[in-house]
Amino acid sequence: MRSTGGSKRHTDSDTDSSSHFVAMNFFLISLIKTGVVAGALLTTLAYLQWIERKVLAHIQMRLGPYRVGPHGLLQPLADVLKLTMKEGYIPSHVNVFFYLLAPFLAVTCALISICMIPFGPSVEIFGYRTDLGLADLNIGVLFVLAVTSVGVYGIALAGWSSNNKYSLMGGLRSSAQMISYELPMTIALVSPLLLINDLSLRTIVNEQGGYYLGIIPKWSIFQLPFPQLISFLIFLISSFAETNRVPFDLPEAENELVAGFHTEYSSLGFACFFMAEYANMITATCMSTVLFLGGWHAPFPAEYGSDFVPVLLLLAAAAVLIYQGVVDPKAGRKWDRFSLPVAGLGAAGLALVFLIPVLKPILIPIFWFTAKTGFLLFVFIWIRGTLPRFRYDQLMNFTWKFLFPLSILNLLATALLVALAGEKS
Amino acid sequence: MELPVFLLFAFISIACGVSLVVQRHPIASALSLIGVMGSIAVLYLLLGAEFIAAVQLIVYAGAIMVLFIFVIMLLNAGAESPMGKSWPSRLFGIPLLTVFLALLAYLIQTYAPSLPNVRFGAMTTGAGELGRSLFTKYLLPFEVTSVLVLIAILGAVVLARKEID
Repeated sequence: MRSTGGSKRHTDSDTDSSSHFVAMNFFLISLIKTGVVAGALLTTLAYLQWIERKVLAHIQMRLGPYRVGPHGLLQPLADVLKLTMKEGYIPSHVNVFFYLLAPFLAVTCALISICMIPFGPSVEIFGYRTDLGLADLNIGVLFVLAVTSVGVYGIALAGWSSNNKYSLMGGLRSSAQMISYELPMTIALVSPLLLINDLSLRTIVNEQGGYYLGIIPKWSIFQLPFPQLISFLIFLISSFAETNRVPFDLPEAENELVAGFHTEYSSLGFACFFMAEYANMITATCMSTVLFLGGWHAPFPAEYGSDFVPVLLLLAAAAVLIYQGVVDPKAGRKWDRFSLPVAGLGAAGLALVFLIPVLKPILIPIFWFTAKTGFLLFVFIWIRGTLPRFRYDQLMNFTWKFLFPLSILNLLATALLVALAGEKS
Repeated sequence: MELPVFLLFAFISIACGVSLVVQRHPIASALSLIGVMGSIAVLYLLLGAEFIAAVQLIVYAGAIMVLFIFVIMLLNAGAESPMGKSWPSRLFGIPLLTVFLALLAYLIQTYAPSLPNVRFGAMTTGAGELGRSLFTKYLLPFEVTSVLVLIAILGAVVLARKEID
């Protein structure tokens, strides 16, 4: 796999020693970046689950996990320990090879696609210029599509190899659903590509920089000649189905199929499917951010103070935390008098970090990328707390009779307007 | 750097191809075929044809083979038991295979005696050029193919339709 850093290595080979140095540097930086991204991704996976439980609990007027650590913050750690310590039981009636292969396939395909996502612009760290993001293939979009489309085998195989009617039904439902929703999703994704005229995810984000009239961002959902609002919604709805989330979670519908395709899995096998679902969610939201919401570009220009949004948000959070802890503590929660002000001071310190001029060009883009992705993830959880599950025929009718024609109409309209507007240079 | 990767994936694709034929269970065969597709996609990637590699994965591994697996799972096809070999296959099997391979080698020698070696990363045709040539130079074949696919879809719909009286 070639990355931009790799091609730089070849052009810089004037003298042997300098090329060796550059190659070493490239290797080292790539290693560091991979470590950071892998660590951040796995932590996010664990804590996304905590956030989901908390948000769902608050939607349902409950408190959610509260026992392990302050406000249940150590709950993911406890869950990981529980899942790894459990006995990995293999039922006697399964097809052992495929039974073990399936969770491995699912989690690998789910985790791989993160390497294509650009998190920020190219920045200079200690005099070495590098892109914030792991790799940049010139077919980045297609790579992510290919990897996610292979991911369906994990679920289908798990359902089949479990040798159990409920599992098989779950696996069949999921493969049928994923094939069906891949169509509107892919067609919806083509429309912004027509506007931008490139397949590399980094170029796609770069093309969305800048502002109309100095204030409206040039994101795909606002971009002329045809704003991609419809295809954004189609993409989002289809990605709910692709990640098997409510309201399209029929492959694991509890009231019909026990637990669907992962009924027979325990311990790490189950953990793999769990991780794959959340990793797919993160990939889907990252892709929507990159393709439609302008990646790391701020929603309004820096002249109007978009650089100070993270500072203000963190300071507001700090003020609320300190107020809740010191001025107006809840009766019966003694620990809050200490933990909330400390967390508040931490947030205030983080706000100050965003003001350091050296770190600003790195942190501000990453903040906007994380903010957009995080908001979409919140929408995923919000929908789960709001909507009931579809019936299976409703699910299929919805994609084939509504989403698919609508996405084709949208694509035709975009193509026509792009052709009328003339070719981009 | 490229040569070991090439050798590895060439070996994997051949191993998967052999396993495709040897496996008794249809699902195992289908998965071996996916392995072949995947390793061939890696070989395309090594040659520099990134677009073709991605399309190979999306179309074959991601769409067609999912349908295959779906149908196999739906029919719940079990492992096949080997039947005894018939006497013509015992008698002519190995000689015919030898003749076929010899013929293949002879044809390659006659029609392509000295093709230049393919270099890694040489085929740098991107998605843009491919699309442009599809819609200019090869427009007629492209459109004819799409009509053909449409007819196939119509045929499938007509065959699968329930009779409503």
